[in-house]
Order: sequence, then structure tokens, then C-alpha cells
Amino acid sequence: MIASLLSWFTDAETWAGESGIGNRLLEHLWYTLATMVVAMVLAVPAGLWVGHTGHARWLVTVANSLRAVPTLGLLLAASLWLRTLPGDLAYVVPSIAVLALLAIPPVLAGTYGGIEAVDPAARDAAYGVGMRGRQVLWQVEVPNALPLILSGVRSAVLQVVATATIAAIVGLGGLGRFIIDGLALSDYAQAGGGALLVAVLALALEGLLALVQRRLVSPGLSGRPVGGSRKDDEDAPREEPGESTVDLRTPA
Amino acid sequence: MDWLASNWRTVLDLAVSHLYLAGVPLVVGLVLSVPLGWTAKRWSRTYFAIITSAGLLYTIPSLALFVVMPLIVGTKILDPLNVVIAMSVYTVALLARTVADGLTAVPDHVEQAATAMGYKGLRRLFGVELPLAVPVVAAGLRVAAVSNVSIVSVASIVGISQLGDLLVDGYNRVIWGELVTGILATVLLALVLDALIVAGAKVLTPWTRAAGGRA
Repeated sequence: MIASLLSWFTDAETWAGESGIGNRLLEHLWYTLATMVVAMVLAVPAGLWVGHTGHARWLVTVANSLRAVPTLGLLLAASLWLRTLPGDLAYVVPSIAVLALLAIPPVLAGTYGGIEAVDPAARDAAYGVGMRGRQVLWQVEVPNALPLILSGVRSAVLQVVATATIAAIVGLGGLGRFIIDGLALSDYAQAGGGALLVAVLALALEGLLALVQRRLVSPGLSGRPVGGSRKDDEDAPREEPGESTVDLRTPA
Repeated sequence: MDWLASNWRTVLDLAVSHLYLAGVPLVVGLVLSVPLGWTAKRWSRTYFAIITSAGLLYTIPSLALFVVMPLIVGTKILDPLNVVIAMSVYTVALLARTVADGLTAVPDHVEQAATAMGYKGLRRLFGVELPLAVPVVAAGLRVAAVSNVSIVSVASIVGISQLGDLLVDGYNRVIWGELVTGILATVLLALVLDALIVAGAKVLTPWTRAAGGRA
């Protein structure tokens, strides 16, 4: 089994052309990106709005209840329903639509939860220094909510990568093709090779997004030390030691 | 509806397999998570390692894990054991953290009181700490149950029978009744498991209902 896997990976045929690993990987990434753009355009503004205003919390409940519906069922039902679309659209449209539908709940929950969990004192202070609603949202709430928003995006990306694999069953390209085609042909080297590639892709994306999250989240939240070289960054001017005249600590 | 009326026996059989494939891993996962969560709590240095590897395991897409599993454990590709093991892995990945956090949340003074009363080691874990962690662990178990039930349907693609077969067959033969029955039966099974866990947690934590009574 290991030997046949190795020979699959080392076969030039495996890597070349439209059905080669390179192209399948690009397809997979492309579906993931397209889906995430659609999902985030819908879910982030909705989450910000629900979190900021406290209106329409039911939106979050509805999105969350979607999670109990089996992914495979949703995918097959959408494809069956839209199977009369012309050409490639017949599987691309339902697949991307279902993938986006699955990516929305984590992004929405992360955004809404992140905004809602912002320390009320920070919010009050922002209003207290004269900020308006929109300024409070963008300068206080969003930076504070960023860790949760990004974890929502991370789980959504992983969910999309996994489900895009399954979408090969309705004819979508991507790395799932190796698994589905391999199983159909009883070519377990191909199926196993595809499965390994999908697992590696998911782990790599998770690592990459964890790095992005570290870079984006304000050091004031993550406790990450700020080097001297980053002093004149876009970061808000930091308090210099000794500048503060009021000691907020109560004497022990 | 017509489809269901003439095929309910098949649906029932598949539901039983589905329950087995999703439920057994819940139990196995829970049993494995207790020592892992306890270790993570006891030695804080292991916490990071355990939680990180659990997170990474959960990252691996289900279809990939089902296909790779025979390579790792040496089973046949059509062995339902592949799915049971893969689902147990996911359950442990979710629950190890929950158990660790649930145990950590037990207040210090409670642990000290238990120690003072002579509870030691395992007896303290099973007699005091775990029972107090039940609400947290049950919440994690509910998430695991719903996600297990949904993921198990994917196993139809690798040829393991359960409710997912209705989805694939309904799609291939364009039988809407079968496809919709498959979706509804899966959701129903998830709800039933969820309700069972909620009920179980309630039985195990009688003190949460006594709130407001004698303190």
C-alpha cells in the first residue's frame, strides 16, 4: 500500500495537466477563496450589525441551526435541484452556494460574539471621549473583536476545504477528485494520495491562518511584545512609560 | 412521503447503523478524553501540547481521514471500523479540551475540602471533580454528537452503509423523497442524541435543580 502510494506520487502523470495535482490544488484553493469572499461579504457586515446594535439576534440562531443539517445532504439536494444549469455551472453554482452557506455560521457567530464580548467599559469610554457609533465600531469594537472574528473565519475555511473535497461527488474539481475517482476505479493509491494531499492542505491553511491571526491582532490584546522597529507603525501612539500621571492601582 | 411509506424498514435499519457509527465513538471518545483532559489539567505543560494536537486532528477533513484510516490501522477499506476509529478521533479532539477546561473550572476550595475529607487521587477525580465538570463536558458532548451524526453520512462515499446512503442513492437516481428523507432522518437522529445527552446530564447533576432550596 505504501509502495503503491509512493509510486502514485512519483509518477509524472500524477502531477501533469488539467487532472494533475498542481491544477487540482489550484482549483481547490480557488473554490475556497471564492466561497470565503461570498460568505464574508454576507456574514461579516451582518455580524457587525447584530453585535453593534443588538438587533435581530435570531439571525445568529437561524444560522447556527443550519449546522445540524448534514453537509452531504445539502450538497446533493442543491446539485439535484440546479442540475439543469448549463455546462459547468450545474455543479459549480450549487457547490459554491452550499459551501458559502456552511461558511456563514462560524463567521457570523465569531463576528457577532466578538463584538458582543467587547468589554462594556471600553465601549463606554469610547463614547465618553466623544466617539460616534461608527467610530466606536471600527476603532474600538472591531479591533477588540478581531481574535474571535478571525477564529470564526479559520473554522469556516477548514469547513470549506473539507466540504469542497466532498463536492467532487457532484462533479466539482479540486483535490477531492483524486479520492472520488480513485474510489470509483478501486485505485486506492490515487484515493489515498488524494486524501493525504487534502489533509496536508488543511493543516497548511490552518498554520497559515494562525500566523495571519498573530500578525493582525493588536499587541494590546494578544500580549505580544512590540519591537522598537515597529514604533512608527500604523499602531496608535502608545503610552510612554512615566507619561501617565494617574495611578489607577489601589494601594495594597 | 410515498417513498418513506414503502421504504421505512430500510430507513430504520440505516438509522440503527448510523446511530452505531456516530454513538459508539461518542462513548469511546469520552472515555479516552478523561485521562487526557486530566493530564492536561494536572500538568499545565502538557495542556498546550494536548490541546494543539487535538486541534490539528480536528482539522483533517473527514473524507480524507476515512480513506487514510486503513493505511494507519491496517484495516480493509470497507471496514466500518475505519469510520468508528475516525469518528472517535474527532470526538477526542473535541472533548479533550472540554474535559480539561471543565476540570480546571472546579473551584479550588471544593478540591481542598474534598482532600480534607480524605478524597485522594482517582477517588477525588471520579467522586468530586468529574461530577462537577458534567455540565461543561455535556455541552462539549452535545457539539460532538451533532457533528458526528452529520459527518458519518459522508462515509457512504467510502461504501459504509448508514443514512447517508439515502442521500447518495436519492441523488444518483433522482428520487427526491429518498434524499429529503435522508436529510430529515439525519437531523432527527442528531436531535434525539442531543436530547439524550441533555437528559443524561440532568440526571447526573441533581444539585443544579435544587438551586434555591437549602444551601
